[in-house]
Amino acid sequence: MIPLLWGILHTLLVVAAAPWATGLTRRVKARLQGRRGASCWQPYRDLWRLLQKDSVIADSASWLFHITPYVVFVAVWLAATILPTLTTDMIMTPAADLIALVALLGVARFFTALAGLDAGTAFGGLGASREMFIASLGEPAMLMVTFSLSVLAHTTSPAHLVEFVLAGHVGLEVSVGLAMGALLMVALAESGRIPIDNPATHLELTMVHEAMVLEYSGRHLALMEAAAMMRQLLFLSLIICLFLPWGIARPGDAAPWLLVGLAAWIAKVAALSVVLAAYESWIAKMRLFRIADFLGGALLLALLATIFLYVSEAL
Amino acid sequence: MAHTPFAYNLAHLIGATVLMMGFGLLYQRRMTAVIRTYALQAMALALAAAWQAAIQDAPHLYATALIILLFKGMAVPAALQWLVRRLGIHRTVETALGIGPTLMAGVGLVALSIVLVMPMDIAATAITRESVALAMSVVLLGLLMMITRRNAVTQVVGFMSLENGLLLAAVGAHGMPLVVELSIAFSVLVAMALFGIFFFRIRERFDSLELSYLETSRGDSQ
Repeated sequence: MIPLLWGILHTLLVVAAAPWATGLTRRVKARLQGRRGASCWQPYRDLWRLLQKDSVIADSASWLFHITPYVVFVAVWLAATILPTLTTDMIMTPAADLIALVALLGVARFFTALAGLDAGTAFGGLGASREMFIASLGEPAMLMVTFSLSVLAHTTSPAHLVEFVLAGHVGLEVSVGLAMGALLMVALAESGRIPIDNPATHLELTMVHEAMVLEYSGRHLALMEAAAMMRQLLFLSLIICLFLPWGIARPGDAAPWLLVGLAAWIAKVAALSVVLAAYESWIAKMRLFRIADFLGGALLLALLATIFLYVSEAL
Repeated sequence: MAHTPFAYNLAHLIGATVLMMGFGLLYQRRMTAVIRTYALQAMALALAAAWQAAIQDAPHLYATALIILLFKGMAVPAALQWLVRRLGIHRTVETALGIGPTLMAGVGLVALSIVLVMPMDIAATAITRESVALAMSVVLLGLLMMITRRNAVTQVVGFMSLENGLLLAAVGAHGMPLVVELSIAFSVLVAMALFGIFFFRIRERFDSLELSYLETSRGDSQ
């Protein structure tokens, strides 16, 4: 009974905390740029405002355009629940692993791109084409990171990976360092952050994700935005769960440990959001055709991580 | 300090940083960024030497680390930056092969060095297989950089980074005498001075540092 309760809390947590993490990143970034910035809770107000409004839908849009926000939101939400946040004792653990997570994100991306094309406007198609270009490089890199860690830990389940790291079976391996570098690069690309895509842009020519959702309004837009925020939180959670899992509660721990796990997770998300904001203020956006080099570099790092496993583990 | 797994793992992680900077050299497209990446690689190498000094109880390696940091981490990059400014070279890197294919070839070279290292018998040697694999990869990446860059300055950076790989192997091996490392460090410094003179000579003759012009002077073309 208790795991079920915590499972429900975990499921609600990933959707409730996502706008806060985005708001925190925006605020820190505004501070670094010398602006005061909106409060961390502003994204909640934005989403609430959008939910109140009617949706305006193009005459040329098909049923696909209507269902996409729901499909995307649910797919990203499901993907986010796969990752342990406050405890590794979860209902989802036997049901899904990291490969399922990549697949769910793929589904969400596929529908977003289709919806971008569906309304028939130029910018939607442009955004969809760019998104697919980025995904074709980012997805293999992410799978490669997953594989190299799975070879090391003999499991693809994130909860078991956390257990493996916490048990001290893995030290400062070269492969782990390389995999972390690759995952950081992929996370920036997949959550649409600055060297790849600018989440705050109003210039159509540089948009990727924003271009695809340009036709959406009202509650549909609210769902798309919430899904984008959740995707960013998902990648922060992924980095935390694979490389910084300390503090998380384990199966069999008493209830107070779960609160410690929750506090640790929130602190780590906040720290990573601040780092992300600082990095975004420091670096300039990349030219579109440089993205191939950037994500190719991530793929190569992930490949090297796998190659070095053969030396250190003597497989 | 004892030879704990942690000591070895950290040594390998620093070695991997040196290797990543080797990839960084192939990835950069601006001359100043290439030289800066080279300086970072040399600093990572100095860190590797210092860490080896700590885990091997070999104080002379601290001297090596200091020499690397001062000469290769500061003096050589500063000299190269001065040369780039002085010679008014194009600030972008001219490549003979695209950046993407070069990086892929680099990963192939790393795989090659691992395949070469795998059959080695580690019990008989004073160096771990990972150190050898990392050092050999850095050497091969330096060679690759020399092959795929057209400009003389970037080729020299490739040469210097190749030499960083040699030093990485040298500091990782037990009982390498200081005199060997000193002589390597000074020969590289002399090479740097000679390269500097050659840059001026080449530019005086051809008004460019593009090395393909040299082919017409070689005598065997036509």
